[in-house]
Amino acid sequence: MINEESEPLNLKKVQSGDPEELTRMVQQYSDPIYRVALRMLNNQAEAEDVLQETFIKALRSLENFEGRSNLSTWLYRIAVNESLMVIRKRKPEVSIIHDDTGDEDNEGISVSQIVDWCCLPESEFLSNETRSVLNDAIQKLPENLRSVFILRDIEGLSIIETAQALELTETNVKTRLLRARMKLREELSVYFGERMSEY
Amino acid sequence: MEKHLHCKDFVDTISSYVDGDLSEELCVELDKHLSECDNCRIVVNTLRKTIDIYQHQAENEKAPEDVKDRLFYRLNIEQFRK
Repeated sequence: MINEESEPLNLKKVQSGDPEELTRMVQQYSDPIYRVALRMLNNQAEAEDVLQETFIKALRSLENFEGRSNLSTWLYRIAVNESLMVIRKRKPEVSIIHDDTGDEDNEGISVSQIVDWCCLPESEFLSNETRSVLNDAIQKLPENLRSVFILRDIEGLSIIETAQALELTETNVKTRLLRARMKLREELSVYFGERMSEY
Repeated sequence: MEKHLHCKDFVDTISSYVDGDLSEELCVELDKHLSECDNCRIVVNTLRKTIDIYQHQAENEKAPEDVKDRLFYRLNIEQFRK
């Protein structure tokens, strides 16, 4: 969710290293980049490192930015790649988890939880406990599904922008998005299904 | 889900359905299925709600000010911050 109210950046000024325009760029994108890193890593210190590394790398290579995608899409790509590098550097046993199901099919999508929990009071969805459940559920997603869900559904990128940011085809983005959404729905249905029994 | 084949077809397209990304013709067909299948209706409603609560959680979520202070300092542009 980039702040749409901000005045558009002057790309030429940014690329020429104009410090005021660079500052505006960092101000405009620091919140979304931090959110992406935090959701990818679930660790504030690591998210801060990724935030800093993303902008350091961006500033170093801005002059080579060709504008084939939006500046925001390019920054998101750097942030996701930096996050994946942090995950790789963690203890060896915590390796990158990919959803190995082929990207071209929807096999393996599970629909076992059929509980209509939408009618729960809104306060249920806003509680700290729910926040923790949401974080845990997203961390359970394989990284290649997590990154798609974060960019498309949390940051609100289009399918095309998500595909550009992650260097995937649009078909692959749609397939991964479906899997990510359905896995999260299952996880939340287990939790909210139990909450339903208290009403 | 009682009508397995049709429900499976629905699950395959559910993501594009909630995004409003399907042809009108297919939407009409899926709407008809939803009006007849309680289970698929629950799945689509809870899927929408799942996306909605993640979006809501992230709304207005900002990087902490001390994190931003350290970022601007590291980038050596803190003096241009307004």
